[in-house]
Amino acid sequence: MSETKTPDAASRPRDFRTPVARARGLGSGKTGTDHFWWLRVTSVALVPLFAWFIGTLVSLVGADLATVQTVLARPFNAIAFALFAITTFWHAKLGLQVVIEDYIHQRGLEIALQLLVTFACAAGALASLYAIARIALLG
Amino acid sequence: MANRNRPLSPFMLGTSYRLQITSVMSFMHRATGIVASVGAFGMAWWLLAVAAGGQAYADAAACLGSPLGMLALFAFTFSLVYHLLNGIRHLMWDVGMGFELPEVYRSGYAVIALSVVLTAAIWFIALRGGA
Repeated sequence: MSETKTPDAASRPRDFRTPVARARGLGSGKTGTDHFWWLRVTSVALVPLFAWFIGTLVSLVGADLATVQTVLARPFNAIAFALFAITTFWHAKLGLQVVIEDYIHQRGLEIALQLLVTFACAAGALASLYAIARIALLG
Repeated sequence: MANRNRPLSPFMLGTSYRLQITSVMSFMHRATGIVASVGAFGMAWWLLAVAAGGQAYADAAACLGSPLGMLALFAFTFSLVYHLLNGIRHLMWDVGMGFELPEVYRSGYAVIALSVVLTAAIWFIALRGGA
């Protein structure tokens, strides 16, 4: 091709802005893979944590409150449960974010939902950590 | 933001797009992820009840033991299991494994079958009165 312009660009009205000015405001070029990466990191962590979570809960079916508290207060279980809670709510936040981005096309509602998901997941993780600490440390 | 009137996802569902097992499973991955997220808040609520003890725990246990509570727990279990297994399938694609179409179908059917088996196994053990 001898032409430097693409046919598409040539057919459009002339745009005097620089490429960087056109790209600005459309998302960051520096944290582009952050979301993808942390979704994967949390999902890898959740594989063994999930196995422990289901195993522990199934073993507690039919147990009374004192037994549940004793089992959850064991150091390994308390730490595993804390990790599970943090990782789960983090992963949930990242995943729900994408669902909202993809399917909610009204800007105001989208931002409201993103804030709601962020705050709710932070509160869920913190509430879980508080409960685990209380079970493990105060008996 | 060039064309504000462009069609937006999921515009093509039901009109010009025929669902296949691959797209249904992809959709299921999101749906089970949403159910599992709701379940995570249920887990936080249950943990708080265990920490509080007394009447709060008795109420939570009664709620989870009711038919509706059991149904919610069952949906939570299946969603977690499916999302976990299909998530592993996604992670394998991320490292470049199983991209050929026959493999994609085979891993897809394997995830569905294993989800049903694993969910049934968890509930079989749970309903027998715990491990």
